[in-house]
Amino acid sequence: MGSLRWRALLAAFVIFLALIHVLPSIPSVRNSSLGALLPSDEIGLGLDLKGGIHLTLGVDLDAALGNAITSIGQDLRLEAREKKIPVLRPRLLDSRRLEFTLLKQEQKTELDALLAARFGSMEIISTEDGGNGQLRYVLGATPEYVKYLQDLTMDQALKTIRNRIDQFGVAEPDIRKQQGNRIIVQLPGLDDPKRAINIIGRTAHLEFKLVDDAADVQAAVAGTVPAESELAYLQDKRGASEVKTPIVLKSEVVLTGEYITDANVQFDSYGQAYVGMNFNARGARIFEEVTGANIKKRLAIVLDGTVHSAPVIQDRIGGGRASITGQFTTEEAHDLAVVLRAGSLPAPVNILEERSVGPSLGQESIDKGMMAALIGGLMVVVFMSIYYRRAGLIAAFEIILDICLILAGLVAFGATLTLPGIAGIILTLGMAVDANVLIYERIREELRHGESVAAAINNGFSRATQTIVDSNVTTIIAAVILYQFGTGPVRGFAVTLTLGILASMFTAIFVSRIFFDSWLARRQPGTQPSI
Amino acid sequence: MSFEIIKRDTNIDFVGMRKYAYVLSAVLLLTGFLSLLVKGGPQYGIDFAGGFNVQVKFSQSVELDKIRMALDSPALTGLVVQDFGDAGDHEVLLRASFSEQTANQVREAVNTGLESAFPGVTHEIQRLEMVGPKVGADLREKALEAIFYAVLLIATYISGRFEQKWMVAGLMAAGLASVVYVLDFLNAPTSLSVIVATVAALVLCVVLRLKYALGAIVALIHDVMIPLGLFSLLNKDVDLTIIAALLTIVGYSLNDTIIIYDRIRENIRAKVSPSLDVVINKSVNQTMSRTLITAGTTFVAVFSLYVFGGGVIHDFALTMLVGVVAGTYSSVFVGAPILAFFKPRIDVDEHPAPATA
Repeated sequence: MGSLRWRALLAAFVIFLALIHVLPSIPSVRNSSLGALLPSDEIGLGLDLKGGIHLTLGVDLDAALGNAITSIGQDLRLEAREKKIPVLRPRLLDSRRLEFTLLKQEQKTELDALLAARFGSMEIISTEDGGNGQLRYVLGATPEYVKYLQDLTMDQALKTIRNRIDQFGVAEPDIRKQQGNRIIVQLPGLDDPKRAINIIGRTAHLEFKLVDDAADVQAAVAGTVPAESELAYLQDKRGASEVKTPIVLKSEVVLTGEYITDANVQFDSYGQAYVGMNFNARGARIFEEVTGANIKKRLAIVLDGTVHSAPVIQDRIGGGRASITGQFTTEEAHDLAVVLRAGSLPAPVNILEERSVGPSLGQESIDKGMMAALIGGLMVVVFMSIYYRRAGLIAAFEIILDICLILAGLVAFGATLTLPGIAGIILTLGMAVDANVLIYERIREELRHGESVAAAINNGFSRATQTIVDSNVTTIIAAVILYQFGTGPVRGFAVTLTLGILASMFTAIFVSRIFFDSWLARRQPGTQPSI
Repeated sequence: MSFEIIKRDTNIDFVGMRKYAYVLSAVLLLTGFLSLLVKGGPQYGIDFAGGFNVQVKFSQSVELDKIRMALDSPALTGLVVQDFGDAGDHEVLLRASFSEQTANQVREAVNTGLESAFPGVTHEIQRLEMVGPKVGADLREKALEAIFYAVLLIATYISGRFEQKWMVAGLMAAGLASVVYVLDFLNAPTSLSVIVATVAALVLCVVLRLKYALGAIVALIHDVMIPLGLFSLLNKDVDLTIIAALLTIVGYSLNDTIIIYDRIRENIRAKVSPSLDVVINKSVNQTMSRTLITAGTTFVAVFSLYVFGGGVIHDFALTMLVGVVAGTYSSVFVGAPILAFFKPRIDVDEHPAPATA
């Protein structure tokens, strides 16, 4: 009988552990004096129950690679020029290949040496005679460099997005790198998806460029843009309508957003919000030089290709401060400050998938799921207790215990409960009795064959156990595969299904046996089990 | 004495009825298959096809036709408007299987369209899902892979567990994996790989005489095809949650099949009868109470989910309901009788020389 006592103690301990994990999730318990003694972990709800936003972002790695190779081209031209090797027109062929022309063919050996020494990230794909003693080079990024740059871009993008979300102030965001170029962002409880997307998806590439006042704007719009200049549009909001005025800018970037140390919302004397920025020492010095050298000229502030303002430089500006004005609402200015502080994304980001659920729908789903579980569970419990009488009551008790164990398991593993997860629990309600049914039917059969009560119970349990294990392994295989391949809610379903099967095996095989054995120990000779 | 669904001496001739069962199954499968063929495959939801779903709740009931007219804008081309959830909820589902719009543009277009068309009625976008075509295609591949690996692993497990043919089962798994690898190498579409691999699995089971695995796989294909066919007939979308439901059915149906197989194996060992037909019948009858009770309780639980669980989970619950019925039926009428297919060699297989024990 010692073994019975130990098994009962073990079962009681497991139930105790389960209760400790489950009780804090019930609000009235959590707020009571008992709640203070319990661990603080609650059941995490999935986005479909809590409400919130799920985004899959695709980072444009080709664009990042293209940018990097373009700047390699510029560096190459500068370094070659310093070594008196004139190189012309570095140009991006596609995101991985760079083309340029060497003016004097006889300098090929010198250039090749320079390329090998200073530009190991590129390899020569081909060189061909460009006529007039020129040589046309095509360089391609090495696979190692492509890989390195892609990893770097992903890490930077991840970090930037994380920074932005942190500053935006979302509780428990989940930001994760997925295979390939994808990033998954989950923002529970957030109910303004539009604003979140504007913050997360914005490249926030800030540039300062001088305005080319000598250029003819009309001609530029018609298609004739002067060399080393480019056409852009000045965005101006007047009330609800946006006006876009064409403007010609010098192509050279005098300063970028990478020198920004801080950005915040400020208000001018009319109460209009604008964004003030501080530069770091290097940025401040560049800004001072540029403004000092270009007094009375206009300096354009370009954010993601759109010119926000182009004020005339009145004087040399020291102290490393600048501002972006543009009839912002306070909210817009705040969001812009957030993205500027967090830095720009290393590459454009596309939203490949968005799922948002309002908080009211989440609550409704929980209510309906609970209702379905309650009614379904009740019907199963009633049936079991009528059909198997006292043994049925044991099964009914175990169903309740199963649900406790599943919920405790979710808390313990930090898994989230999702709507399909609730469905998984309800399905388990039906399937959980299967193990009990197998055992009970087997005991009935053994009794019918004229076995003694003790032998029938013993055989019933031992024979059914093997069947139970065999049959449940397949469901667990299906669940594991669901977990492996599924996302979000489907994973939640796989977890609850697995927990449900494990819980029902534990209760039916282990806990039931305790009830039957203790009944056997106490029974009067000749009595039949109530099954 | 206690209640009993099945009288203890019941002896239904399931093996004898298998011809009728095969006809019934064939009719069901063929109907679904024809529907799939006519419609060019399953009708994929946005998870797999890309597009958007918007669930909108109105403060009072609104005519669907008026919504359709209100939302007739270029941003929402190809929009399907349908009732959703319970009647008192005033909810509609707007969906389109293709969209070049971003989620924000869709949201904006829906909001402005509804605001101007229904001035006195407030509305709330409760749920918005937008899946790009690339993600959709990836999810589709993943789902197919999931089903394939489930079948592969389960077939291996059953062959190993029931016939102690772990080696043979391992060989089969390796064979299937290489088939898929080659197809993958040739850039074959995943759907083709899955079909080829499934057929290969069936052929391998027959060639290697893995009869339990064969029965289980046939039952499994049966149980997945029936809900798929039904969905096609009802013009319902197949999405991620439906795949989850199908995989659960796979687990449930096998669970059922294996319990009967377990009993057949036990009865063969106990030499209940030299005739396999008798053994199969006896085993199915012996496990009949359990089959009906478990199927019943599971059905009741899932039915409760179907009725009370709300619109979002409705199709998931429907799939499970159909699957539970199909799974129970197939274990009894398809999975068990198919073992009789290997009749001539059964005695040789099941009574190995005792020296090996």
